Amino acid sequence: MAVRIALPKGKLLDETAAFLEKAGWQLNDYSQTMRNYRLKSARFPEMLIKVFQEKDIPIQVAIGNYDLGICGLEWIEELTSKYTASAPVKIRNLGYGRGALYIAASSAAGVSSLKDLSQEPETIRIVSEYPNIAESFALNLRLRRSGVYPVWGAAEAYPPENATLALVAGNTDENSLNNGLKSLGKVLDFSAYLIANRASWQQKDLSEVMSTLENVELEEKEIPLAASIPSFHFVPQVIDKDTVRLALPDGHAQKHTVQLLNKAGILVDDYPSKTGNRRPTTNLEGVVIKVIRPQDMPLQVANDNFDLAITGIDWLTDHLNMFPGSPVQALVDFKVSWVRIVAAVAGDVPVNNIYDYRQLCQKKESSVRIASEYVNIADKYARDNRLGMYRVLPTWGATEAFIPEDADILIENTETGSTIARHNLKIIDTLFESTAHLIGAKNREYSTVKKARIEKLVKLLSKAAESK
Amino acid sequence: MRVQKCKGTCDLSTEEMRLFRFIEGAFRESCGKWGYQEVRTPTIEYLHLFTSTGTLTPSTLGKVYSFLDWDGWSGERVVLRPEGTIPAVRLYIDEMAEKKLARLFYVINTFIFEETGKENREKWQCGVELIGADSITADVELITLSLEVLKKLGLKNIELKLSHAGLIRALLTGFGLSPEDQGKVFDRILDGDVAVLSRLKAETPDLARLLTPLLDMKGNNAGFLRNLKTLFSSDLPDFIPELDNFIGVADLLSAMGVKYQIDIASGRGFEYYTGMIFQMFKGEIKLGGGGRYDALIPLMGGKNTPASGFALQMNTLMNAIEMPAPSGPEINKILLVTNASQPDLVKSAYNTAGSLRKAGFIVSIRVDTEDKADFKWVIEISAAAPEFTVINQENKRKVSAQTIVEVLKLLGENSGS
Repeated sequence: MAVRIALPKGKLLDETAAFLEKAGWQLNDYSQTMRNYRLKSARFPEMLIKVFQEKDIPIQVAIGNYDLGICGLEWIEELTSKYTASAPVKIRNLGYGRGALYIAASSAAGVSSLKDLSQEPETIRIVSEYPNIAESFALNLRLRRSGVYPVWGAAEAYPPENATLALVAGNTDENSLNNGLKSLGKVLDFSAYLIANRASWQQKDLSEVMSTLENVELEEKEIPLAASIPSFHFVPQVIDKDTVRLALPDGHAQKHTVQLLNKAGILVDDYPSKTGNRRPTTNLEGVVIKVIRPQDMPLQVANDNFDLAITGIDWLTDHLNMFPGSPVQALVDFKVSWVRIVAAVAGDVPVNNIYDYRQLCQKKESSVRIASEYVNIADKYARDNRLGMYRVLPTWGATEAFIPEDADILIENTETGSTIARHNLKIIDTLFESTAHLIGAKNREYSTVKKARIEKLVKLLSKAAESK
Repeated sequence: MRVQKCKGTCDLSTEEMRLFRFIEGAFRESCGKWGYQEVRTPTIEYLHLFTSTGTLTPSTLGKVYSFLDWDGWSGERVVLRPEGTIPAVRLYIDEMAEKKLARLFYVINTFIFEETGKENREKWQCGVELIGADSITADVELITLSLEVLKKLGLKNIELKLSHAGLIRALLTGFGLSPEDQGKVFDRILDGDVAVLSRLKAETPDLARLLTPLLDMKGNNAGFLRNLKTLFSSDLPDFIPELDNFIGVADLLSAMGVKYQIDIASGRGFEYYTGMIFQMFKGEIKLGGGGRYDALIPLMGGKNTPASGFALQMNTLMNAIEMPAPSGPEINKILLVTNASQPDLVKSAYNTAGSLRKAGFIVSIRVDTEDKADFKWVIEISAAAPEFTVINQENKRKVSAQTIVEVLKLLGENSGS
């Protein structure tokens, strides 16, 4: 059986591409601008090579979908700190992509050591992209009462107003943390690793592939910093009962959001930020802003960390599918950032709609594997369509790469359908259409001043949404 | 497509349920007669109930089944309860704290992840808590109650092992460790690594001299503990009172003729215990155990209240004891057979079944082509006299009867019970 390898997107991509080039693999299109997550090697034409989000790689290797993988040690630890039995074998430290995970508090919060926290009777909120490592950290520190908030990103934006601690990645310099975070301790040093599935390593001859990798000279390199904000830039937000807390999205959605804010006459300084500043300021009186991931916004509004946020209805739907009683609701439809949420299968599956797909599922001997970033939407979709025995595989993007080897059906967003078509997939259902919305919480009691401020903001944004 | 049961879970068959109820019955009967009252706590509790006391080790907490509830957007996690004492104590604090003394018992399932999936992840336990008493007699009551239950179940050659958490803790303070490191070492001991103590460097020669006899030797009477006391003369303030408490329990057990083994190194897995620890073994198999946990209730926000308890492990007990032979009604089961197409006959069968059940028999009315061989008696009911034909399935003897009274007489004469 051909060797199967999972390669990373994102921060390790360039170095990994250089490494494999030196190993003589001659990959066809492994670059930041690649158009297909399935690669070909001229050196190993038989090899199955796919590109995933780094976070998915240890999982894919651990469950045996891939013999080999390359990813950062932090993501391996994130898997094995919770699921010890599934540990992949660490074959080689590749040296590049060096950095460290830090447990950090806001420099303004006055937390000087972790010891102070272990006696704290109130809930200590820890925000992180690495929830398993964070959970294990909290247990080992014997925090009396802690809540780990998994986030898709931007953990550094939360302390001190919305979390006590953040478990974040930085480079090897402890003082390199940004957005006013101060390290209370290093949790893990990491760099890129070559890993193998345990059973593959024990039973399969990988030597031909391995020999090309073993002789490559490697040099140590730091991960590039996501943000570079001088610490003096940091000022904690002043929040009282009258302050409106608004969350704005980072990433792709920024362009549309800026246009919208401009139309509404709302000035936001340093958004999008070149330095990675997550606390832009505004001319609106009594409004404070943080820039976080749109995926995380519904939960943050539900938790009363924010009053208003701008995110897609897709992420709100996913949140409400998980927490049907959540107070979060859509307030204004901005009619921009339009995507449709679709179900897609491999192009050669002989069905064209979900009803026929269900019939096909009933004949299957094994579970239907549904890959999606929208775990709760996918779960509800499978229940509503009676897909029988199914399992949802959470992914962190690049979901198209999963079909057909690693999943049978995916629930994904698409604008033009071209990425889906490029991966030889076929759309069999459209679940719903999603656009950017202003979201807020219902049944919340605000002060008169705050209520008026929220109403004003909603009005301004509604008007902007309606104007052409 | 065959759907299998979940990894790490087990079904209880009809036979196994009979055994389960037998054990539960013996346990409940003893508890009831000793003045204990039954409680039941919910399967789901908040995770922080178990993290807030700091009494479960990180390795146990790392294996609980925790998840966000449907309204868990605040991040508040819930768990399938991993053990029984902490929920029972929560119940006591919530609803019974004004009572000076509470004798409680429960039969519940607990959930802890087990990696291989070969062992049970769901376990049943019979638990007892004696809350509000701190005397040696309370410890001895629990030990003797647990032994009575095991005896009732027909178990012989039970080994009782005694250890003492207070003693281990007092010892740890003698190693000059920071409170944090003491906690870590104690966690290691609780997770089964008692040898960690001998790897530590004792600060005083006294302590070094004490370690070997304390950890490696086993005694079977209080004399052993008194011998230890003579070895010890330095300034660990907590050590002597803890040792005296241990001697007190050992003396009282000896006086009552209870045999035991003192094995300090057997203190594993008792995360919130502060004093006496006891465990019951049959050969290598641990059937249950318990001990004193005086610090737990104040840690959970209750008043300063001493307490102790024990639990018997249902799963290991079920493997250790012989299935009791069926008796009484179990072996005298009756099947009523009649023509189901005649409503009058069906009605008559129901009336007959009612009378026979009242008389203590187990009675089924035949459905479809139910196998008669599963029953000791078959009674055919017909429209014409004689209304009843009673057939003994063992010897195929048939006897007719005109009335239900005659039927009962026939069954009584022949049932052998």
